[in-house]
Formats: sequence, structure tokens, C-alpha cells
Amino acid sequence: MSAISRDEVAHLSRLARIEMTDSELDHLASELDLILGAVARVQEVAGADVPPTSHPLPLQNVFRPDVVTPSLTAAESLSGAPASAEQRFKVPQILGDAE
Amino acid sequence: MALNYDQAIAAYDPTLGLEVHVELNTNSKMFCGCATEFGAEPNTQTCPVCLGLPGSLPAVNGKAIESSILIGLALNCSIAPFSRFARKNYFYPDMPKNFQTSQFDEPICVNGYLDVEIETDEGTKVFRIDIERVHMEEDTGKSLHVGGSTGRIHGAEYSLLDYNRAGIPLVEIVTKIIPNTGKYAPLVARAYVTELRDILRSLGVSDVKMEQGSLRCDANVSLAPAGSGQLGTRSETKNVNSLRSVERAVSGEIERQANRLQNGERIVQETRHFLEESGQTRPGRSKEQAEDYRYFPEPDLVPVAPDAAWIEELRATLPEKPSIRRKRLKIEWAVPDKEMASMVNAELLDTVEETVLLGSDPTKARSWWLGEISRLANEKEVAPTSLITPIQVAEVIALIASGELTDKLARQVVEGVINGEGTPQQVIDARGLKVVSDDSALMVAIEAAIASQPETAERIRGGNIPAAGALIGAVMKATGGQADAAKVRELLLKHLGQG
Repeated sequence: MSAISRDEVAHLSRLARIEMTDSELDHLASELDLILGAVARVQEVAGADVPPTSHPLPLQNVFRPDVVTPSLTAAESLSGAPASAEQRFKVPQILGDAE
Repeated sequence: MALNYDQAIAAYDPTLGLEVHVELNTNSKMFCGCATEFGAEPNTQTCPVCLGLPGSLPAVNGKAIESSILIGLALNCSIAPFSRFARKNYFYPDMPKNFQTSQFDEPICVNGYLDVEIETDEGTKVFRIDIERVHMEEDTGKSLHVGGSTGRIHGAEYSLLDYNRAGIPLVEIVTKIIPNTGKYAPLVARAYVTELRDILRSLGVSDVKMEQGSLRCDANVSLAPAGSGQLGTRSETKNVNSLRSVERAVSGEIERQANRLQNGERIVQETRHFLEESGQTRPGRSKEQAEDYRYFPEPDLVPVAPDAAWIEELRATLPEKPSIRRKRLKIEWAVPDKEMASMVNAELLDTVEETVLLGSDPTKARSWWLGEISRLANEKEVAPTSLITPIQVAEVIALIASGELTDKLARQVVEGVINGEGTPQQVIDARGLKVVSDDSALMVAIEAAIASQPETAERIRGGNIPAAGALIGAVMKATGGQADAAKVRELLLKHLGQG
């Protein structure tokens, strides 16, 4: 039984806005399956005494003081944008109904 | 035949769920040091972190964590000993990172409640609103949809993004479902948001300005046939931007849904937008397909694990609850219910209290702020507190108490201060608004009044005390209103053998 189905890969590619052809989906589904299989073996090694972690360092409560530091200028902020207008980032028509 | 609100409520039981977003008033953003000032020029408060540029790393604002814990404590929540940030992944240009840093299954505060009081047909009733969670996230950028006719996203040719707001600390407070409010549902929703706003203000963690979007409410409403005990399909009305709108949005949705159900139509699970002018809602995004944000723990941030000592330290700093404070002040100041409500509704309770603490009589402080000053503020369409300070008002009230100003002169002083003529003392000096209290100066005016109205004076000598009014009026006129009427009366009656 594979860890990830072709349908799930198609769903992920849709979420990630990456267009994939049928053959790419076939290829990636089997490739991802191998990767997930490898990760699953790591999970087997981690016993109940190893808590799941989201960060490599055993740190918590790392905070910065609430102090304002200089921002970029608007020109600097917009310098990497493909398009801008009225000192704002200009983006193509937002398709779909998401708001 | 369309159902009106009363008919809708007779046929259906409403259930509410309220989500409130609060922008914290920290100096800097949630994960970077950019300023958070409202109304700055577009994209002048951005940096590689809040623009999501490659290689940038977030760092959590400690003050924002502290504020979030305070909010949780004030809402009777448990503070999670371990909580994490998560990425909420979505593609929409209001977040340049393509995800919002939020919290998912490990929010910082859970399981609280807030009691709100409603005036019902059976008297004052307390409704307990259970709080599901309080979690931390960041605000999104502001989009401007250009082209098309409506300024809406549909039909727009392109959109313009200002990321000044992206990354400002945001706290989301989510209630559990609120059942059994019946016809009071709109009032309960309003009272909840009002009480929440007052608490947040008393904590000093947010500006809570609904009109500027620092406090926003999303109202979930569903209906089920009356007495069925079921839960209907809900709609979510977004970004309702005033307390009055919260009430209107809920009652409007109850009517709309009841009419659909009555006509055999089904309720679509969707996001709706409140229209301020009509009090109605229009459909937005359909939520029929469950959203898939692919949440996962934020790998660039370490967990937040507040220890008990820190939590208790913060708990010790909690201010008096606004509802308890209102009750206390009402008794201390001997204020009738209606007057108390006017002060709260006018958002002048803090101001009046400050004036009282500066030594003013509570009744006087209240009547100045709610009366003359509010009237002038209404004329100018600004907040009363932007016109004059509690210190200045307290000074004017003290001058009246000491007899140096009459009420009439005091109004001129207040008007002068509001017109920017300086402090009360400066206005008094510049306009020469001093009560004429010099007895000999008053006597000259009194004798002149008697001479001009000898018959009136004779009647007073004969015991007709009320007739004195005419002579007092003449003296006041002669002194340009700068005499103390009580003093004039005393001197006049004494002079005419009635003192």
C-alpha cells in the first residue's frame, strides 16, 4: 500500500499552484511515495519517549523586546516587485472568489 | 409574504458564534521591528521579514505574548503551558509570504468565558458566553481593487497592495457556540463585543477602534426550527465595523435566513459581507468545500511555554473588570442607571473618573462632559476628549466651587479653551472673565438698579421677595454677567431691609 496516492499529489499540486501533466503526476506520486517511506522508517526509530519536535534546537520562549527598528523605504520595498503603482505592489487580477 | 424579525424569531431559534480579531497596540510588529503606526504612507513600514523575502527570519515580540496572556486571563481562560505557532498556507496577495503565521491546534489560551448583562422583558439577565480559544497571529496587508465598477474584487483589473499592516500582532478570540439567546441574540452579540472591547481597553493592549479596524468582528449565525434543539447551517458575516453593526448584522441574518428557510430554500455555508448602509449582507466566498490550509508547526520559531510564575505575575497586574468598575462608580457617584449608560455609551467614563480624581464633584464632572463639552464636540464632529482635558475641566469646576466663576462665565471659559485660547486661567485673563465679587462695585450697580426701578424696590421692602428677581437681573446685565447672582441677591435683600 503506497503512502501517497496520485489523487493526493494532484490535490497538493493544486494547493501549491504548480501545474502538472499526467505523466509528471504519475512520476511524482511514486517518487514521493519512496520519500515518505524513508521518513516512515525514521518514525519507527523514534520511540514513545521522543516527543515530536518542530525545531532542531531545544529552546523555548525566545522573544525580542518591543522596539521599533528602521524599515525599508517604500522604494526599497518595491524594488523587487515585478510591477508597482501608487507606492503599492501591483498584482494581476485576483482570480477565484477567495477574499 | 416576508417574515419580519419577530416572526422569524417565533419560528426559528438562532445560534451564534463570534470571532473577534484584535490588533495589539505594540510599538513594533509581531515578528519584526517595523513600526505599527496607523495611516502611514503605503509600504513605509515593511522589511524583509514582513515582506517574506528569502532568507529572512521572524523573531517573536515578547510584549505581544504578554498581551495575549493578559487577554486570556481577563477572559477566564487557561493559559497553555506549551503552545506553538503554525503556518496557515494560502495563496492570496494580502500575505506576501503565501502563508500567515498563526496558531492552529496549540493556541496560547483556551476555555474561558465572559458574562454579559442584557435588559430583557424579565429584567436584567446575565448570559455567559463561553470562549473556545484565544490565539496569536499576524494581520494581513491591505488590498485596493482597481478597475471594475464596484471597487470589489470581482471584475477588478488588478489589485494594489500595501503591506504596512502585514505582520501587526493580531489576537483572535473565538467563542464556543452561543445557544438559547432567542430574540435577544442581536443584543447578546453586541453586549459581548462591547464588554470585550471594554476589557481590552482596560488592559491597555489594543486601541480597540472598530472604525480603524483594530477591533473586528465576524458573526456566525444559524437557525433551527423553534424548539428542535438542532443546529442549522451557518453563515459568517465578516468585518462588522461598529457595535451597532454587530447587532444589525445578526438581526439581518436572522431575518434573511428565516425567509429562505420559510420558502423551502436551504442556507448556503458561506462568508457574507455586511453592508453598512442597508444593514443587509451580501454573499462572499462559499465555504461549502472545507478549506485546506495545510497547517504545520512554524519551523522558524521556537515554542512559547510560559511558566506558572510568569502567568501569576501577569495575573497580579490585571485591572478591575469593567463591569465591576461600573457598578462601583455607580454607587460611589450615586449615578442613576440612565446617566451611567449615557456615560458608558459616550465612552466618557474614564474621562469623568479622571476629572473626579482631580477633585471635582462627580455630578458636576459628569454634567460638564456629557452636557456643554459633548454638545460642542458634536457640533465639531470630534471626540469631547480631543477638545479639552480632564485637568482643564477640573480647574473650571474648582473655580466655580470657589465662587471665582459663575456657571455662565465657566461656559465662556470652556468655549475659550476649546477655541484654542489657552488654559482656563489664560482664557479668564485674556477675556477678563472675573466674577465681580467686590461688594462696593456690586453696590453701585445695585443702587443704580433700585434707582431705575423704584416701584420694584418698594415691593421688596414690603416683603415681596420674588420681585427681587427683576433687580438681580438688572444688576447681572449691568455687570455683563460677571457677578455672582447669589451674592447680588444677598446684598440687595440686605440693602432693602430683607436680609
